[in-house]
Amino acid sequence: MHPRPTSSPPESARRRRGRALVFLVLFVLAILGAASPPAHADQLQQIRRSKIMRWGSDAEGGAPYVCLDPRDKTRLIGFEVEIAAALASVLGAEARMVQNDYKSLLPGLNTVNYDLAINGIEITPDLEKTVEFSRPYYLSALQISVRRDDPDIPGIQGLRGKKVGTLEGSLAERLLRGMNEVQVLSFPGQHTPYMDLTNGRCDAVLQDYPIALYYGKPNPQLKFTGDPVSEIRYGIACKKGELGLVKAVNAALDDLARRGTLRLIYERWGLWNEQTSRYFGDLRPGGAPAPAYEEFLRQTSQFRSFGDRVADYLSSMPMLLHGALITLGISTASMMLAVVVGMVLALLRLYGPRVLSVLALVYVEVVRGTPLLIQLYLIYFGLPNVGIQLSPLVAAWLGLGLNYAASESENYRAGILSIPKGQMEAALALGMSPAQAIRHIILPQAIRIALPPVTNDFLALFKDSSLVSVITMVELTKVYGQLAATYNDYIVYGVITAAIYFIMGLPFVRLARILEQRLATAYRHA
Amino acid sequence: MPDQAISPPTSVDQTPAVSVEGLYKSFGPNAILKNVSLRVEQAELTVIVGPSGCGKTTFLRCLNGLETFDEGRIEVAGISLDLHRSDRERGSDVQARIHELRLCAGMVFQSFNLFPHLTVVENVMKAPQVVKGMPTDQARVLALELLEKVGLKEKADLHPVQLSGGQQQRVAIARSLAMQPAVMLYDEPTSALDPALVDEVLGVMRALDDEGMTQIVVTHEMRFARQVADRIVVFHGGEIIESGPPDVIFSAPKDERTRHFLKAYL
Repeated sequence: MHPRPTSSPPESARRRRGRALVFLVLFVLAILGAASPPAHADQLQQIRRSKIMRWGSDAEGGAPYVCLDPRDKTRLIGFEVEIAAALASVLGAEARMVQNDYKSLLPGLNTVNYDLAINGIEITPDLEKTVEFSRPYYLSALQISVRRDDPDIPGIQGLRGKKVGTLEGSLAERLLRGMNEVQVLSFPGQHTPYMDLTNGRCDAVLQDYPIALYYGKPNPQLKFTGDPVSEIRYGIACKKGELGLVKAVNAALDDLARRGTLRLIYERWGLWNEQTSRYFGDLRPGGAPAPAYEEFLRQTSQFRSFGDRVADYLSSMPMLLHGALITLGISTASMMLAVVVGMVLALLRLYGPRVLSVLALVYVEVVRGTPLLIQLYLIYFGLPNVGIQLSPLVAAWLGLGLNYAASESENYRAGILSIPKGQMEAALALGMSPAQAIRHIILPQAIRIALPPVTNDFLALFKDSSLVSVITMVELTKVYGQLAATYNDYIVYGVITAAIYFIMGLPFVRLARILEQRLATAYRHA
Repeated sequence: MPDQAISPPTSVDQTPAVSVEGLYKSFGPNAILKNVSLRVEQAELTVIVGPSGCGKTTFLRCLNGLETFDEGRIEVAGISLDLHRSDRERGSDVQARIHELRLCAGMVFQSFNLFPHLTVVENVMKAPQVVKGMPTDQARVLALELLEKVGLKEKADLHPVQLSGGQQQRVAIARSLAMQPAVMLYDEPTSALDPALVDEVLGVMRALDDEGMTQIVVTHEMRFARQVADRIVVFHGGEIIESGPPDVIFSAPKDERTRHFLKAYL
């Protein structure tokens, strides 16, 4: 620690305020400056010109696909990271990963934040209708896992009558749902089905072989059982109509397969298998060592020393704090928007002309009656269809702010309605206009009533801001997901993340309480 | 201001402080006011009495635009509001007129309606500041002057919740006076008070009467009416059934209904 210069308290307070102001200004500038470039017709040309191939993926997916390097969290590792790099170099460009939530990876292609998506996306007839797929770059099957002491299951038919866990939205899930007598448990994360299997809440897990290899097999309480089920093919997704890009990607994949680059990558990650070797016509015997897989097992081993784990947690702090800063910034900016728009809505509803009052009512009911997640999707992925393309930051700000404006307006309305009618009458009788009466007499009193629910809403918004990860924002919860996937440690990182949310919320709670007390002094008898 | 206090009430000029002609008002099928006409001379204290539901409060509220009426004409200190049943437009013109009317007529409510978030002195300062744009220090001087007049200068920095009902009502009077109205209207100003606190409020009104303020008071305080009023107006069923000096009304009412009503108070 540096010795503190002796400065008088007011001076340091001023400096602190100054820094807060700088942060605010930077944030606003970032929002204003973040307008997206217009859509380009030909993305292959764009890649060649800029020499940058942007690929969308979700590092929360974890190993072996894409995850943070446990030893240097500013880097990404995974077989898809290596494929993306190889692909880019064939295309004469540099690979740049764009983080987006898995749920919105494919819609993200249309908003041109990345040229293609690589993230274990299975080629299915349904998806082929909405995006262009390259030829498969990896083939595999589904793998059944059960508890070590349970009897083996010969194949997929053996899952009948059982509770089976799998990944939400995967091919495995669709397969299971199509079978009779199988009770399907869908999980949002790929590791969680195995946790549930270990805890005895389901009888078996069916997932892509790579996932099973990384999250099921290392668990000493579980075992693989039965033959490989079905066939899965991972493809690189491009925007619909980008045939030039798809053609170039296919040619590059051929090239990489012929030169043995793909095989080398798959072997490093322990993923080289019969299906893939047959597909690429590379029938040389396998059995090469898999250093990347070994390293993953070492890093996520339950037997790592306490000191190593603490070192991991500490080295994760900068990332978590960066995510926290994003969360704080976007929440604060959104809340400001919500406060202003909410006030306008409340005033329109209570005092506005009939048409506007009804419109405000409709707005409030529709916005608070529909899920925020869908609103974010519509703003970010829907508006480009009518020519309005917003940057992730602006979309997140508008989405959260306009959503919370609806509930804010109800808070204010409740506060205003709680003020006795006589207050307005007294103000009018003194010659104030209705607007003056509202401004000077009604609102100052209503704020006191509305303050506790407004504080509540702000904390709720704080936590809801994690939803903006579906539009490529890497905020605190997303960072948590990435770190937890990297170390396969969802508990301790969960506690740390929750603590950061809690601590960040405290100043606002405190501020609200001080304000509440100050406003309450007028009502104290003594 | 002793000079004004002595000035005889007969020296009024020709224009009345308040003049009402043919006021009608109804809520749906219920007629609240039926052809009410009234003339109040300057510096007069008029007391309106009558059984509850007779329309006296509604009438008072019409005088400063807190209620609208269907037909008739109101003039307060030269500002007139003339409405006809055939008029469909009650637009911004009427609103502006109502606003002017309010600036001439101060109103004191049964439930005081002080602004609880403001201190006593701020309650009095607020309207001059907001409506007239009076600078803060000037408004404060004015407010303290008026608080002194109602005997509450030392309570200036307290909040309304810390005052008794009588004190609150006196602040409410000071608050209205701060806008320098031509007429003060009181809607049952002492009905919500403990009997022990009634006199301090009536005392303020009496003092204002001595200063020559025109006042119209809806009240059930018959002793006050008898002692202070220049004129008693008796409402019944939305009409004025009788009016005259207190001596006449209290000792020799002409109307049977007046006699019946007053009996309850004697």
